Amino acid sequence: MTVAAFVFYVFAVTVLLGGLMTVVSRNPVHSVLWLILTFIASAGLFVLLGAEFVAMLLMIVYVGAVAVLFLFVVMMLDIDFAQLRAEMSKYLPLALLIGVIILMELAMAFGVWDFSDGFATRIAAPTGEAQNTAALGLLIYDQYIMLFQLAGLILLVAMIGAIVLTLRHRKDVKRQNPVAQMHRDPAKAMELKDVKPGQGL
Amino acid sequence: MEDLLREYLPILIFLGLAVALGIILILAAAIIAVRNPDPEKVSAYECGFNAFDDARMKFDVRFYLVSILFIIFDLEVAFLFPWAVAFKDVSLVGFWSMMVFLGILTIGFAYEWKKGALEWQ
Repeated sequence: MTVAAFVFYVFAVTVLLGGLMTVVSRNPVHSVLWLILTFIASAGLFVLLGAEFVAMLLMIVYVGAVAVLFLFVVMMLDIDFAQLRAEMSKYLPLALLIGVIILMELAMAFGVWDFSDGFATRIAAPTGEAQNTAALGLLIYDQYIMLFQLAGLILLVAMIGAIVLTLRHRKDVKRQNPVAQMHRDPAKAMELKDVKPGQGL
Repeated sequence: MEDLLREYLPILIFLGLAVALGIILILAAAIIAVRNPDPEKVSAYECGFNAFDDARMKFDVRFYLVSILFIIFDLEVAFLFPWAVAFKDVSLVGFWSMMVFLGILTIGFAYEWKKGALEWQ
């Protein structure tokens, strides 16, 4: 067994273990941590396939941002997880049925799996002289410019949508307005009155 | 392909060392440490008084907003990486398409700044 094959099995077992523990662990925060382990191990699998950029993207975007988002969701929702777990046994038969159906579908798919001649050369990563990331850089921005710009627009929509949905300015909080402070004019803010003796204002 | 994997060998070795060190520390704590539990010792301690209520409470939704905005800019940076790596060979179209992309996201950035989404009041 070569080193690459050994590393593949280590990462594959880690992915499966992490996925399983994500589902079965009692504490939802632990679930998220197992999910992070799954992401990291699948990044290792992507490196083994030669897809370095995808692997690093998995680290940056999924481990760095999406997992944090999941943690926030888990911490933000006021859910009694013990109660939720108790209801799990009610849905267990249905879940098992769906699992068996998916397993059967996978078995059927692999049963009729057939390779044409010379598939080994075609499934290999077409790397070689060009680096993974550089090759992508030449493709995305030029040939797939339409999709790239659409991705930018989707990000803009996501940004505006998140702000519209979640931003609430609380009225009871006194906020500092630096611009108003700096433009404050002492001559207008203060008024001198010459009060005559014996008379009020 | 083989060369690529060979370049990742040091990372693999470091990963193995890190995992081994983590397991050793956890096992050492489990094996060597003196354990002498007592109901008072293992109870939750909150500055001298008993815990008021459950630690699960609602977080402010603004944490979520901050992390969503973080993800969006994270993805923007992820798009910048291949462009920067291939910058020497990227065509003029590629260059300006990235400029338009950055412009669109700058509009979003200006919007959220104007709305005060970046302030924590």
